[in-house]
Amino acid sequence: MSDTSGKTDDFEVKATRQPEAVAEFEDTHRGLIGTVQHLLHVNPSLVPLIVLVASIVIFGLLLGTKFFSPFALTLILQQVQIVGIVAAAQSLVILTAGIDLSVGAIMVMSSVVMGQFTFRYGIPVEISVACGLLCGALIGFVNGWLVARVKLPPFIVTLGMWQIVLATNFLYSANETIRSQDIEAQAPLLQFFGNTIQLGGARLTFGVVFMLVLVFVLAYALKHTAWGRHVYAVGDDPEAAELSGVNVKRTLISVYALAGLICAFAGWALIGRIGSVSPTSGQLANIESITAVVIGGISLFGGRGSIMGTLFGALIVGVFTLGLRLWGADAQWTYLLIGVLIIAAVGVDQWIRKVSV
Amino acid sequence: MEPILKGRNLVKRYGRVTALDHCDFDLMPGEILAVIGDNGAGKSSLIKAVSGAVIPDDGEVWLEGRKVNFTSPIDARNEGIETVYQTLAMSPALSIADNMFMGREIRKPGFRGKWMRQLDRAEMERLAREKLTELGLMTIQNINQAVETLSGGQRQGVAVARAAAFGSKVIILDEPTAALGVKESRRVLELIMDVKSRGIPIILISHNMPHVFEVADRIHVHRLGKRLCVIDPKDYTMSDAVAFMTGAKEPPSEDAAA
Repeated sequence: MSDTSGKTDDFEVKATRQPEAVAEFEDTHRGLIGTVQHLLHVNPSLVPLIVLVASIVIFGLLLGTKFFSPFALTLILQQVQIVGIVAAAQSLVILTAGIDLSVGAIMVMSSVVMGQFTFRYGIPVEISVACGLLCGALIGFVNGWLVARVKLPPFIVTLGMWQIVLATNFLYSANETIRSQDIEAQAPLLQFFGNTIQLGGARLTFGVVFMLVLVFVLAYALKHTAWGRHVYAVGDDPEAAELSGVNVKRTLISVYALAGLICAFAGWALIGRIGSVSPTSGQLANIESITAVVIGGISLFGGRGSIMGTLFGALIVGVFTLGLRLWGADAQWTYLLIGVLIIAAVGVDQWIRKVSV
Repeated sequence: MEPILKGRNLVKRYGRVTALDHCDFDLMPGEILAVIGDNGAGKSSLIKAVSGAVIPDDGEVWLEGRKVNFTSPIDARNEGIETVYQTLAMSPALSIADNMFMGREIRKPGFRGKWMRQLDRAEMERLAREKLTELGLMTIQNINQAVETLSGGQRQGVAVARAAAFGSKVIILDEPTAALGVKESRRVLELIMDVKSRGIPIILISHNMPHVFEVADRIHVHRLGKRLCVIDPKDYTMSDAVAFMTGAKEPPSEDAAA
């Protein structure tokens, strides 16, 4: 009897004497679909990249050199530059499990401020541009402050801000367009992002270059800086982030303010793209940016996805738009296919979420 | 002896519910203080009040004889108080290393760290691996795997390792062995003793009486939002402690143990 009681007492001691080798498991149960699922889980931007390459190949086969030329392919870049820049801003916000419906309005408002400050008040164009950028950042800051400090839902805050900013934009600009010729003659800096670089048949505008640089800089910041890790942590689980030492409020405000600033840059690029300053342009930018983000595989629930995916998402929309137009299809087919892609993208997101390996 | 961490007259109400009812709290230097109490007695609220996670409605918190006003867990952390919460406070999609260094990331030296704010991944991974090995969490295969891919026990191990690695004045453990297997529990208890031998006091909240009686120097019995009594585990049995916290037995008079 005394023997057995002695044995039961030291079972915990026995447990500590187990070999301490790293456990290794053979990975046979996964199969092909499982492997694909795992790969996508690790690299969420792979799905949009595959779709992008596939759609370029398909349209290339259907349309031949009409589509598969440096000119047409760089034309796609020019057509998506505005949405691409705005979608980069949208990605940051959606990564924090928020949404920004006011991106398009901020963009137009900023471009109007840049134009009107120059032409109405005669302020030097450099200062006007700085004021426009400041205006965008400020609106973003107010969004962030309302979301982080007052704790209002991002959807409501930015829905309200969208209306406020858009109305202010029309009231302030008196619905006047500043003509392209006037800008060209008096303030060419406003059209800075419209300048082009010619490389053979390829035409790149400064706006396209800016979009690409912006995406790479943000991808770096999200992956390799503490701020980027905090953005993901806040989107994943704000309470956990707060308890583990992230300043959640400051992170949220910085994200919304930065998104506002990026939208202001998009407003500047918009002047370069259309030539004039028009208070009625860019009305669909918010929906188009959300579309690019969703197709790009960033989860609307926050904390998952990569900004490269957003770039691919924007390009997919561009490829479909131009490809179907060159093919002579009705423009409605583009919207139909984009709709299918959105639903498919969210379906894939849910599927790869199930893998916890 | 002056307590290193002291709460006086703490009050916390959530609507009509009073979680802390003029509660006192003392942690002496170098000791392991266990906090026990029934579910809903206010143990977690007490711990959150002294670690900055909730701001008490009334009352004072003193650290090393100085009055402190924590408005967030970050304040408490900056003072050297580390907490392992019941919820573990981890971001599931991020890696183990990212989670361990959340909010105190190490940047690369020189230009890349200073101007490009680049994180020193290799260094953080090395330190994280070292800390986990200290804890004996060898079954973790890859330090870069997302926390959501770990088992409950492994997650808890990572959270404990994080607190042990960075706590300099006080370490608070809220149910640290609840989700652990026999072996991991033993490691955590060993770790607690190890931290104590370094002179850092520990607050341990647990329902596991054998663990509490094994490591604690004093036991704070919490009941109905208050400190009922503080007992010495050498003078009482586990069933006495359970009787106090459920109200089945009258507590000894305060001055007997405190």
